Amino acid sequence: MGTPAPARSRAISLEVNGEAVEYEVPARRLLVHFIRDDLGLTGTHVGCDTGNCGACTVHVDGVSVKSCMLLAVQADGTRIATVEGLAADGELTALQRSFNEHHALQCGYCTPGMLMSATALLEQNPHPNEDEVRVALQGNICRCTGYVNIVEAVVAVGEGTS
Amino acid sequence: MLLREVEYARPATVEEAVSLLAAHEGARPLAGGQTLVNVMKARAAAPDVLVDLVDLAELRTIGFSSEGLLEIGAMVTYTQLIGSSEVEVARPILAEVAATIADVQVRNRGTVGGNVCVSDPTNHLAPLLVVLDASFTIRGSGGERVVLAYEFFVGVYMTAVGEGELLTKISVPPASDTGDGFSGVTIGKHGTYVVDAAATVSGEGARIAIGCVAATPVRATEMEERLAGGDFSEDAVREAAKGLGASLDPPSDVHGSADYRRSLAETSAVRAVLQAVERRKR
Repeated sequence: MGTPAPARSRAISLEVNGEAVEYEVPARRLLVHFIRDDLGLTGTHVGCDTGNCGACTVHVDGVSVKSCMLLAVQADGTRIATVEGLAADGELTALQRSFNEHHALQCGYCTPGMLMSATALLEQNPHPNEDEVRVALQGNICRCTGYVNIVEAVVAVGEGTS
Repeated sequence: MLLREVEYARPATVEEAVSLLAAHEGARPLAGGQTLVNVMKARAAAPDVLVDLVDLAELRTIGFSSEGLLEIGAMVTYTQLIGSSEVEVARPILAEVAATIADVQVRNRGTVGGNVCVSDPTNHLAPLLVVLDASFTIRGSGGERVVLAYEFFVGVYMTAVGEGELLTKISVPPASDTGDGFSGVTIGKHGTYVVDAAATVSGEGARIAIGCVAATPVRATEMEERLAGGDFSEDAVREAAKGLGASLDPPSDVHGSADYRRSLAETSAVRAVLQAVERRKR
């Protein structure tokens, strides 16, 4: 095998929410557009498209990333989880129930990103305090809530009080 | 957003990466993409070929050289740096500063090599690596060369890494009789710096570098000379910083006037040195 030749598209194979996916994608396609437009998983939102707001947060190989700052070709060979994967069996996760109970959203546009960032936090640190939650959600902007109920919802999951 | 058409290659070895970069005009290495993808959206960069370094496992390691230098691969992410036991033992300030870069998602993808190769004057790592006396290993088709931090950062968005070359690792001397400090003023809690200062203090004196005031980090040489006597009392450090601001020619922008940045440079330098002194005592 010689040095791979650069190409304008690439056949990628990856796992999305537990399912194997194979696709030919243009090199210039952002991961978020691949997820939304090619796979039809529109739960992942495009907010700012500049890497600031975090509405497009998904997990790549278990860590949270902003899918507007990755090319789809970069995700070749990875395992991706989107917000649709959280309640894959139709049962809401404890975090999703807590968001509901704490009224942790108003317009809901940032919620998929908030859920993915907070899910990643809770996997690493099952009982985060308020400060830890705020640091973990620094990359997710909400224009409605003022964050108070979002932070309370995440803390409550760790305390088992949601 | 729809990007300009671009070609993509994913080499399996550093040699392949270097030959791809050399063979294609307009080729750029793609590390974590946390800057490059965004500047491509803004059409501020328009590479014809992206050489994705993701599969180059040898660039993802943190370890020690036979001489005891802390070696950080160019593709090491900030998150890796923050969690590294080697960094914690040898030079914890690197992890501490990395933990304040942007946010979790960016730290999960953004790389040390990408940070320094962008050479944005407001980036955190440049002034720190200057005071830590880091060296940078650059691979090209003709072999490897090593440059020091003051030679590495050449200008705004410009480094010693030339066409067809690749930064492979950054080597940092481990802390010995030293203490390190970093201070500055950001826009928002973990935002971009308006001015920052890095300092390392040893029995021989201090190394101090100021960021965000010029194209590349500026060594506070006069302040260093005044501290060469080893008197690191708060009064001595404050006295030594006097005139530092006046020696600088920082930019004015919406975040701060040149005069404000001059004032911040002195304040930040004092805080960074005092922090370094405090840590050296431990």
